Amino acid sequence: MVTFQFIPFHQIENLSSAKRVNKLLNVVKQDKIVVMEGRLRKQEEADLIEITMEEISPKFKGIELSTVYPDKNKQTAMQKVKGRFATMLLGDRQGLTIIGPANVVKKIEQNPDKIELFTKESSTRYRKTKRRK
Amino acid sequence: MKQFFKNLFKKLKFNPFSKRGHVKLGLYGPPNGGKSTLANRICLDWLDEEMSSVSHIAHETREIKIKEQIHLKNAKGKELTFSLVDTPGIATKIDYEDFLKRGMKKAEAKARAKEATKGVIDSIKWLDNMEAVIVVLDATKDPYSQVNITIIGNLQARSIPVLIAANKVDLKKANIDSIKAAFPQYDIVGISAKYGKNLEEFYEEVFNLIK
Repeated sequence: MVTFQFIPFHQIENLSSAKRVNKLLNVVKQDKIVVMEGRLRKQEEADLIEITMEEISPKFKGIELSTVYPDKNKQTAMQKVKGRFATMLLGDRQGLTIIGPANVVKKIEQNPDKIELFTKESSTRYRKTKRRK
Repeated sequence: MKQFFKNLFKKLKFNPFSKRGHVKLGLYGPPNGGKSTLANRICLDWLDEEMSSVSHIAHETREIKIKEQIHLKNAKGKELTFSLVDTPGIATKIDYEDFLKRGMKKAEAKARAKEATKGVIDSIKWLDNMEAVIVVLDATKDPYSQVNITIIGNLQARSIPVLIAANKVDLKKANIDSIKAAFPQYDIVGISAKYGKNLEEFYEEVFNLIK
């Protein structure tokens, strides 16, 4: 069974960068897949990788991480203005971040407007089905 | 007295004593993209010696390696001196069992995994020391990986100039167009570091990168 935990933006909005990263990582270390509203800052993404590396052990093998974000090059001028206005009022809630434990999530493919998540269970199942044929 | 002024200017982030064109040029990217192969190619071309060991097994480079005083000269007579920094590949997961599958013994695999995690941390910490970076990507692989996006995003956030080297173009599966589509705002040059393909264009791009 795979568990997803949704983290709305308001839950991390007022946290410091270190606390944001730790909050997300603590959920992932419980073998849950985090689905977060919005995305981390660039530096926070690097911090997440750094702290993940510090935590790696025989039980925790790291994370799979992916972010989808609206392509600003495809937005009209009005959409960009609206987006900036919304960001000013509510914070940067655009996009979606998915973080899963590497022992559950085999890989996340980003393409670039959709995310495909392959779990280790499903890939095993796929292999079994293939063999039966 | 000169040292005093050097330290003072360093604190003020202004150093009139530094040699023009002498910069730290970093090689960044995911594991097995060919960073060390490219580092060796550059060093062989300009210093006539190799810099790093290479392997098909990921995380062969697990510590930062620096080669100083690499002196480039182009056809127009323009010259450039830089220090080349070969960094361990950045990854979000490291599983020692992957090394076992490559024929390593358990203790060796665990030690390699531990060193690899430290290498990733060092690579990220060293981002702040770079003045320009070549991101080395395997052109046969999907460029939309979060590691690639995070590396390039962090360089952009630090205003560090970036050149993307789409490596392994000698392979049939190589697809530079997908890298161009993923990172349209960056200069991308297709190369084969292993076979020295398209390196003249690559060196010209390095000159453009470090203006």
